[in-house]
Amino acid sequence: MTGGLFTQLLDLACGAFLLAAVVVLWRRELAAIVRYFALQGVALAALAVLLGSHEARWDLVGVGLGIGVLRAGVLPYLMRRALSALSADGVHSEEVRETQPLVNVAASLLTAALLTLLAYAVARPLTELDPTPATRALPVGLAVVLIGFFVLVTRRRALAQVVGFLLLDNGITATAFLATSGVPLIVELGVSFDVLLAVLVLQILTARMRVAFGTTDIDDLRELHD
Amino acid sequence: MNATASALLLTAPAAVPLLVAGAYALPRPRTRPTVAALPARLAEARPGVSPQGAVLVAEAPEPGQVPQRHGWDRAGLVSPVAILTCGSLLAADVVGNGPRTAYSGLLRADALTAWMLLVVGAVALIACGSAPAYLAGERAAGRAAGRTAWHYHALVHSFLAAMCLSVVTANLGVLWVAVEATTIVTAFLVGHRRTRTSVEAAWKYVVICSAGIALAFLGTVLIYYAARQAGIAEAWALDWPTLVSRADRLDPAVTRLGITLVVLGFGTKAGLIPLHAWLPDAHSQAPAPVSALMSGVLLSVAFAAILRYRVIADAALGPGFIRVLLAAVALLTLALAAGLLLAQRDYKRMLAYSSMEHMSLIALAAAIGSPLALSAALLHIAGHGLAKSVAFCASGRILQITGTARIGRVRGLLARAPATAGAFGLAVVALMAFPPFSLFASELGIARAGFAAGAGLAWATAAALLLVLVAFAALAARTARMLLGPGSPGEESPSAVGPLMLGLAACAALGVTLGPLTGLLHDAAHAIGGR
Repeated sequence: MTGGLFTQLLDLACGAFLLAAVVVLWRRELAAIVRYFALQGVALAALAVLLGSHEARWDLVGVGLGIGVLRAGVLPYLMRRALSALSADGVHSEEVRETQPLVNVAASLLTAALLTLLAYAVARPLTELDPTPATRALPVGLAVVLIGFFVLVTRRRALAQVVGFLLLDNGITATAFLATSGVPLIVELGVSFDVLLAVLVLQILTARMRVAFGTTDIDDLRELHD
Repeated sequence: MNATASALLLTAPAAVPLLVAGAYALPRPRTRPTVAALPARLAEARPGVSPQGAVLVAEAPEPGQVPQRHGWDRAGLVSPVAILTCGSLLAADVVGNGPRTAYSGLLRADALTAWMLLVVGAVALIACGSAPAYLAGERAAGRAAGRTAWHYHALVHSFLAAMCLSVVTANLGVLWVAVEATTIVTAFLVGHRRTRTSVEAAWKYVVICSAGIALAFLGTVLIYYAARQAGIAEAWALDWPTLVSRADRLDPAVTRLGITLVVLGFGTKAGLIPLHAWLPDAHSQAPAPVSALMSGVLLSVAFAAILRYRVIADAALGPGFIRVLLAAVALLTLALAAGLLLAQRDYKRMLAYSSMEHMSLIALAAAIGSPLALSAALLHIAGHGLAKSVAFCASGRILQITGTARIGRVRGLLARAPATAGAFGLAVVALMAFPPFSLFASELGIARAGFAAGAGLAWATAAALLLVLVAFAALAARTARMLLGPGSPGEESPSAVGPLMLGLAACAALGVTLGPLTGLLHDAAHAIGGR
């Protein structure tokens, strides 16, 4: 692969990665949100495979494929299963939509733009340390981390919060790939396993929340306070 | 000590609890199941077992005959005893011979590791020792079925395994994985009752801790990036001793960003501002022995990670940066905890805020960073772990006796249940840092180190002491209200308070003399930069 083509493909993958996060912010149907989250997983896997094939490191390509299976396959599957469990019983139309996010869509998109600018500002020392095509794309990873945090604090459906947490995690993984071609394999395995278990735990807690509160609206969690 | 022995000593603290957890997690027939009933039982067991994939990977002893409940309750003490034994053997070894490593540097024990293992083991001994009485109380009240107890033990022991792994590993990436694993295994312990409050606490706990600790992972990635750019090979770029010895070559700007994220991230698990909101909810909803473990050691295990990164930050950025960061976080947390202690109406939440108060004192000591301050911080970790776990275990017993967690509805406990109330009262007295308990010595040490460390830190220490005084008043007034007053004596099992008295005695003994631990404490403070 020539240097120019590699840079273009890398930028394309990073662009798709960031765009998927923004679309997640834009859509309100939880099913659509999960679909775009899966697309982001594909972009992330493509990113890793590109970097691996550019550096001729086949272990990295393998890690990229594994990440693709986890983040574009297994995690979206778990989310969809939780969603269909929610919509299966009784009044379902409200449960599968983010009806009233804390911040409306226009303001959310504007915030995403500001967060991306912030990510570029914060990432300047990171890029300056070793300016390569990969590290120049680093701000994208940080922008997705920030957008993930934003989704986490402004969304009110339990599953939308889970997606926020996973965006955050995708952003960190992308940052790790772009900065250092990924953390050592043992750490990557541990991290993926932890993320998978965290999502399983959150899925079960969502079901329990539905039983205990009759809804998965986070705003109803107000029993504990000082 | 040869390589095999040190590998064994380093593996056992994490492996033994994992094996015990595996033994508890094995599905076991309570009665002799018929062939026809078995598939139904398996189908019923699956949803309960699947979230605990982590504990099922462990191999376990043969599930022979139908086990006796008391034998299995006592089997819970195997892990704490194993952790304590390995901790003491490692302590004896590292004080004379320096750090031990195993598996090409993946596991490593220095004096700090041995100290933390001893603390984890001691607190786990109190928590696991009082667990049978607690579970019996829950069963008597009809809040726990037979299977709940097995799940409880399996999760608690995998929790211990994760904490021990995070203490014995030298790889900062594995350290992160282990700390995140503690969140996952404790989620169902926090949410064990499935009531509204319990589910709410568990949700907040998992979401806030996972998101917070994710920041620490981003920080770890940035440090790894800086290390790779400094020419450290991939295999060693997350190795703590390597990073410490070459910290001066790390890029300052990247390291500064990384360290800030790490302090915020691990600070989440240590109950420090700004992501502390999970702590009072989780501590008040978890079963009392689990609250004891979370408050007594989980917070300080997470803080031990910050102590490790502090050394790197000191060498890479000079002492100024992390000092300002930690002092600011400590003072803000302390102010918040003291303020909320004043308005507290729930005694388990009161203990939770008191944990935040003590963690911020430890953070302040880490900010000061002199040998005296670091020794005091480590002693404070031990003293707080012992006293707080006793207080939480006793509070669980009080909750079972009175049926309420509201301070206003509890009166005359000393008359109703003298032993439990006595243990609770003495533990709170220890938490208020009265002599002879070791918190007196450690708070005195922190104060002395603070006033000797220059104008800025002296003012910070003065402000901290003022806030501690506020917390002191709040704790004293509320505890006195609960303990004193008239009441009719009820029945009380003396076996339940045995472990609590042991913990209080250990806390008091540490305050009088360190004895054989003097060298270890000195070495541990030295290992984290007290030079």
